[in-house]
Amino acid sequence: MTDLETFRAETRAWLEANCPAEMREPMRDESDACWGGRNPEYKNDAQKLWMERMAERGWTVPDWPKEYGGGGLSPAETKILKQEMARIGARNPLMSFGISMLGPALLKYGNEAQKKRFLTEIARGEIRWCQGYSEPGAGSDLAGLQTSAEDKGDHFLVNGQKVWTSYADKADWIFCLVRTSKESKHNGISFLLFDMASPGVSTKPILLISGYSPFCETFFDDVQVPKDQLVGELNKGWDVAKYLLGHEREMISGMGLGHGSVTLGDKAKNALADDPLLRADVARFDVDALAFKAMSERFIDELKAGRAHPAQPSMMKYAGTELNKRRHELVMAAGGSAALEWESEASRGGKDAREWLRTKANSIEGGTSEVQLNIVAKRILGLPGA
Amino acid sequence: MPLYLTDDQAMLRDTAREFMAEQGAIKTQLRHWRDISCKDGFGHGLWKQFAEMGFTGILVSEAEGGLGLGHVEAGIVLEEIGRNLTPSPFLVSAVAFVEAVKGKAAGERWLPGILSGDTVAAVALDEGRKHRPEQIEMRAERSGNGFMLSGEKSFVVQGGSADVILVAARTGGAAGETDGLTLFAVEKDAAGLSAASERTLDSAMAARLSFDKVAVDADAVVGEVDQGWAVLTQLLGAGRAGAAAEMVGVASGAMDLTVDYLKQRSQFGVPIGSFQSLQHRAAHLYGELEIARAATLKAQQLLDEGSDEAELMVSVAKAKAGQAARLSVQEGVQMHGGIGMTDEHDIGLYMKRDRALDELWGDANYHIDRVARLTGY
Repeated sequence: MTDLETFRAETRAWLEANCPAEMREPMRDESDACWGGRNPEYKNDAQKLWMERMAERGWTVPDWPKEYGGGGLSPAETKILKQEMARIGARNPLMSFGISMLGPALLKYGNEAQKKRFLTEIARGEIRWCQGYSEPGAGSDLAGLQTSAEDKGDHFLVNGQKVWTSYADKADWIFCLVRTSKESKHNGISFLLFDMASPGVSTKPILLISGYSPFCETFFDDVQVPKDQLVGELNKGWDVAKYLLGHEREMISGMGLGHGSVTLGDKAKNALADDPLLRADVARFDVDALAFKAMSERFIDELKAGRAHPAQPSMMKYAGTELNKRRHELVMAAGGSAALEWESEASRGGKDAREWLRTKANSIEGGTSEVQLNIVAKRILGLPGA
Repeated sequence: MPLYLTDDQAMLRDTAREFMAEQGAIKTQLRHWRDISCKDGFGHGLWKQFAEMGFTGILVSEAEGGLGLGHVEAGIVLEEIGRNLTPSPFLVSAVAFVEAVKGKAAGERWLPGILSGDTVAAVALDEGRKHRPEQIEMRAERSGNGFMLSGEKSFVVQGGSADVILVAARTGGAAGETDGLTLFAVEKDAAGLSAASERTLDSAMAARLSFDKVAVDADAVVGEVDQGWAVLTQLLGAGRAGAAAEMVGVASGAMDLTVDYLKQRSQFGVPIGSFQSLQHRAAHLYGELEIARAATLKAQQLLDEGSDEAELMVSVAKAKAGQAARLSVQEGVQMHGGIGMTDEHDIGLYMKRDRALDELWGDANYHIDRVARLTGY
């Protein structure tokens, strides 16, 4: 056997022995996920056990270096681990913006002390992070942000407001873009990390059309942030911000994959038998979804090998989110009047309808579809600026 | 295996890209053969060059004198053929036909000529206007030591130029059934076989073939009698994945022309590529093409692995590549404006080639429906 075949056999055996049966059931939605944090809310013992077992091996972040709590796996080994997890339907042990967004940025821009401290905490699921990017006046024009961090000698004093902060009310720490200079729009931004329990931080959930409140308004009123919590250079935070956005877009593009390996048509087949037009729409969707799945595999492989175009996450984010919106339009059409129910037990509290509404944010959050297309046009196709 | 080209495959791509740009260019091949009304629609000289480059032996095993490579490598050559709209028997002869006959007695008879670039093969499946392989009606009656073939075949690409034609006919069963089909390798000068060649919109030649009691020996059978569906499935898997790769090339060639044009053409005092309405459409097209390329490579890798999932992915690739190419040529002509409507400009040639390739071995709708059936609805 080659080394990779041995690794696959050992991984398969370990997963079989260590992944609890409950953690092989598909997740119904984000609330079924394990988010970790200072005060973790585990749904059951199996969820806790699974997270801890995986963290022990560094497999919550299999391709991060071992010294920061990762598994130290190569791209090929990481792919095999993912395949073997998918084979038994194993859930992701830890859902975390620390893993998908902050971690990669710290690996590239953090100093040694920051990496040791924060990456290790992220890998073990000890700290839950949120993202302080958008502001009321800075949406698509993110670099127009106004939240200020004033240099007070031994600390920064942060004042301002963020919006659309995912799960700010549940997060322990925030990675936050702040203005440290008004001299230059892009070269006056810095990237700060701080504790959400700091005096002066408050959050207010926003009620959405889905009836859910996954996002918050977040307010900073004279928040003191120690200077060693600045990532990268002062006024060079835009580079960190863009790099992190690439990873955020990569994560969001995963929505295009849906859950599990069954096609939408197979799931919804009862609704399609007497509805040839819907069947055709669903079949067109399934072709696009299967093709996108191949694209995701190619993208990850190229990314890990350093072959992906740096702006490719924008294409992936655009394609994946538009696909997910289409999926949920079709789920609603297949569900008919039953999918209109908002509170009933039969509809599990209006799950189809609420998720359908939730997906409308996919092509807005993390940069709108229009912003992604601008980026692809300019950075990949080399089309001229207006 | 990672879903990108290995170093060896990337080298082959570089070689094929350079070769096709030099030898297979639109001006010297497609336009040349079209403008002199060539009865074949392609050049035999270039076919010999393909053989010298080793391309015609990509799918032939080393034991049979070929390179023993796979569908990924065949697709690399096809993408360059597509990019240059190079008229060539490669897809039908060196991919579909080879896939059907290799490792069989018919391979011993026909592969040497394909390896040397002396033989051109055709594949005769369709009988109506659309690709419906299970609906084949043409009969092959047992007669003496062999069979007697009678019926009509349509859209036989390069059927009038081929030395050998692989024909699917019924030795049993009825239209709609997959059992009872048998494949025959019929020589071009068989008595009772006549070909009426017509030029198709992409300047290729396709024939309507009439079989009037064409007698063939038992050794003309490729595979097993009544079990032709298995060989056909293999042939179509290779051919459809290959057609998808060629369409990815067509789409790429058209997109490159269009993006260049957006940068060069000025209106209102600025390059038209600075207009956001065109930028967004071009960026959307880029994404669709990248996705089609990934689906096609995945299908080729699965075919090479002999995976059970290959059949599904081949249909995904054929459908997705067909849609991406359709988008690319339509946006291409529109964004070129008036010049895109002229024969002088190449963009319209891409539009015509796409139309023909999409129709070959099942159009996008056929494969979308097939994906639905294969996944249980």
